[in-house]
Amino acid sequence: MSGLTFEESPTTGDDVIGNYTINFGPQHPAAHGVLRMVLELDGEIIERADCHVGLLHRGTEKLIEYKTYLQALPYFDRLDYCSPLAMEHSYVLAIEKLLNLEVPLRAQYLRVLFAELTRICNHMLNLGSHMMDVGAMTPNLWLFEIREDCLNFFERASGARMHSAYFRPGGVHQDVPLKLLVDMGEWLDKRMPELFEDAMSLVVDNRIFKQRNVDIAIATKEEALSWGFSGPMIRAAGIPWDLRKSQPYDVYALMDFDIPVGTNSDCYDRFMVRVEEVRQSMRIMKQCLRDIPDGPIASDDRKVVPPKRGEMKQSMESLIHHFKLYTEGFHVPAGEVYVATESPKGEFGVYLVSDGSNKPYRCKIRPTAFSHLQAMDFMAKGHMLPDVTAIIGAIDVVFGECDR
Amino acid sequence: MAVVHSAPKFATNDGVADALTAALGTMLLSAHEAHGELILIVQRSSIEDGLRILRDDHEYQQLMEIAGVDYPERPERFEVVYMLLSVTRNHRLMVKVSTDEATPVPTVTGLWPVAGWLEREVFDLYGVLFAGNTDLRRILTDYGFEGHPFRKDFPLTGYQEVRYSEEEKRVVYEPVKLAQDFRSFDFMSPWEGADYVLPGDEKSQMPATPPVNDPKTTDKPSDTGAGAKTDAAAETKVSSGPPATNNNGSPAPGAPDETDGPAGTPSDKEDKA
Repeated sequence: MSGLTFEESPTTGDDVIGNYTINFGPQHPAAHGVLRMVLELDGEIIERADCHVGLLHRGTEKLIEYKTYLQALPYFDRLDYCSPLAMEHSYVLAIEKLLNLEVPLRAQYLRVLFAELTRICNHMLNLGSHMMDVGAMTPNLWLFEIREDCLNFFERASGARMHSAYFRPGGVHQDVPLKLLVDMGEWLDKRMPELFEDAMSLVVDNRIFKQRNVDIAIATKEEALSWGFSGPMIRAAGIPWDLRKSQPYDVYALMDFDIPVGTNSDCYDRFMVRVEEVRQSMRIMKQCLRDIPDGPIASDDRKVVPPKRGEMKQSMESLIHHFKLYTEGFHVPAGEVYVATESPKGEFGVYLVSDGSNKPYRCKIRPTAFSHLQAMDFMAKGHMLPDVTAIIGAIDVVFGECDR
Repeated sequence: MAVVHSAPKFATNDGVADALTAALGTMLLSAHEAHGELILIVQRSSIEDGLRILRDDHEYQQLMEIAGVDYPERPERFEVVYMLLSVTRNHRLMVKVSTDEATPVPTVTGLWPVAGWLEREVFDLYGVLFAGNTDLRRILTDYGFEGHPFRKDFPLTGYQEVRYSEEEKRVVYEPVKLAQDFRSFDFMSPWEGADYVLPGDEKSQMPATPPVNDPKTTDKPSDTGAGAKTDAAAETKVSSGPPATNNNGSPAPGAPDETDGPAGTPSDKEDKA
């Protein structure tokens, strides 16, 4: 490079071109929802990014304070609507921790099975939209086929494609038919890996994709810890931290799976960590299908779990329990717990304060995207304007969860 | 109590409370463990120093969450709860301080930059002030919102509603109009949870009869009304004999005519007409 001189800036003398500020969103398709970012630009270089969140704030936590524990459950589906069952998981475990309620083994297996299906479903959307944000159209359409399959499985288990309300305090809502488990196994063996690996083969070694993602938004291990990163974001930074492994819940302790970590902590690593997580999720699902025992799918504690309709029509006591649980609900002992699970996006926590009544006194939801988005300012600094979409894609932000 | 739930299991709390009590010294107000969660209550003024000790000497590297809670009946109504996580010791910890509307809590943005938005959120929703946080703007509520909506005395329905006005071609803010009053059912048994007086129970709440200076006494028998005169009056029979029995077959006065014949009586026909 010696001997070369850089071209003089065309700005002469007193004419100083100041930074200018643009609004990114809240109606921008690459913002993954209603994110408004005020970007201060020096040419095309980002000097400062000020995220304005809360445009989708619905006061979920306040609403929950006015609902019984069971009535509050569907609100969790509507937080991160891309991974609804993972949201329910933290909430039901928090209630069970306060009640110290035992969950039958089959219910625990079903929860893990569907939590992992949720993870696949979530990553299909995120990986696909991340690719599309940086210019790859085709794989997104292929991944949506997988997502469609996942949603069909949810529908067959719970009756709803997205807002399942399937996990309940004490177990799951209803048992799954054997045919569903068989179909899921066949899907995991053939269709799913074919579609997924095909789609991935288009991007993971793609030159354009790498140019848009490698070395973008690097966060060191120390930064990842101090900015409250979790999930794929902290694993891409090289910290093998996965709540399923380190703080196992339900039957994750019995599962054999690996935790992928990144080496470079950039957007490409975050993407690849998710790609490998999908493969690990498939491993976990196969183990669940292999090992799932027969038995009850919900606790038989009739002071928490309502009886089934058939039983209710036969027995007076069941009728009373059914009526009491669907009007008054169950009472939870006074106390407070913070329960966090590994949602597809990271640590999703529920801080539940009970005053001993049938409604939560306070239910604080710890979203993953809130902390990650806050790091946007330092991650985007010095990058180009189009890199912002790659960074948002790699954060995997969903505003239902971020804004609550 | 044996742990039977399947919630996330982190490293044991055994001995942690004692070690942290020794480390925090006078900063710590109390430490207790319930439902498997270790909760430290720390003096408000020393929260930053306390958390620095926990972060630097006790390996709680991550601040995952700051939660506000409102207890309106307490003198310091707000609790600010810091959720700490140690990724090396695999342990979780809750640290609490309490405050009121006017007293600021020292910020911890110097320890963890992530605290910036978390404190903004507590400020926005509860009105807790954080001294030293340089960017204490509202974060979740609307631009120009007034009030702190998660306080227990803020109504669930709020005060303002927005709609798009076709006439003015813009979004307009209006006071909330409810077609039906907000209804809150507590489903509490009146013997357990009622905060109103049950019908008939109000007497138990009434104050006792005040004492009288000169108690009422009966000095002479004549004051009581008792004596021979009263006894004589009691002897006099006021009853007019036993009730009349009327078994002679004639109908009681005012009884309707019997209707045994198919043709009926002339009076019947009159009635039908």
